[in-house]
Amino acid sequence: MAESDTQRIVVVTGASRGIGAACASAFLANGDVVVGLSRSRGTTPTGAEFVTCDLTDPASVEDAFDEVTNRHGRIDVLVANAGITRDQLAIRMSDEDFSTVIDTNLLGTFRCARSALKRMIRQRSGSIIMVSSVGAFMGLPGQANYAASKAGLVGMARALAREVGSRSITVNVVAPGLIATEMTEVLGPERLEAMTTQVPLGRIGQAEEVASAAVFLASAGARYITGAVLSIDGGLGMGH
Amino acid sequence: MSDDATFEKFRACAVEVLQVSPDAVVLEASFSKDLDADSLDLVELVMALEEAFDVTVEENEIEGVETVGQAYDLISAKL
Repeated sequence: MAESDTQRIVVVTGASRGIGAACASAFLANGDVVVGLSRSRGTTPTGAEFVTCDLTDPASVEDAFDEVTNRHGRIDVLVANAGITRDQLAIRMSDEDFSTVIDTNLLGTFRCARSALKRMIRQRSGSIIMVSSVGAFMGLPGQANYAASKAGLVGMARALAREVGSRSITVNVVAPGLIATEMTEVLGPERLEAMTTQVPLGRIGQAEEVASAAVFLASAGARYITGAVLSIDGGLGMGH
Repeated sequence: MSDDATFEKFRACAVEVLQVSPDAVVLEASFSKDLDADSLDLVELVMALEEAFDVTVEENEIEGVETVGQAYDLISAKL
């Protein structure tokens, strides 16, 4: 397969803002065809296609991937980035707050991976990048649900990596730390400031700095990397 | 569709998915021992057969399918 001749088809979930939007832009700049999957178009970068998708609905996910396959015939890269938080101290966290986050972040990602793998297995090629979080390893207060979902992605990615490695499909994880997106804005300036002082590199990261890692992991240069966790956190989560 | 034609269609799927020669696809052939097919191969084959024959195979029906003959019986029973 001459990768340089045919454009790759890259699916990014949650491409409507934040890290997802940055990943979509980065892959577009790389010359790939990008399809963003999210509930609404939001600020999905111009140049990226958009398909409605609700990760909590299995039929919606399968329909979205069918649409991508109908349009383009193949799926080369999946960036499973869509995720939510429902931060709350554990003793006050409802079952619903917990299961909603697991359903979107972990099960939703699984649904996307399952759909993508059906195509990638037949192609005997493909690359999946799951977006975890420094919170998966460090554990941050108020994030029992989020941390569980993000740590879960790592185990899942590795199980998948072993399952489909024989088809030359790689499954890797990026673990962003504090990144300047709406999700961290919500923490408020004081908490953000306090957390930033714990970052060895002394600053918050930019979404583009996570996107570049995703582009690398999907590239020909990363073909021998699978089941890996790449932290992009300025050193915040070191040692975990 | 006659039995022969059905098996030919079945064999074509197996050849394409498992990347084996047509001669190897005989009813007695074991997927794992003779055709070097792992569980992923079997699932891929079932998916291809579902498409080719426009049938649905439930997850639990695949369990215990070890030979070409068993897979063929599974599919032809649905036609």
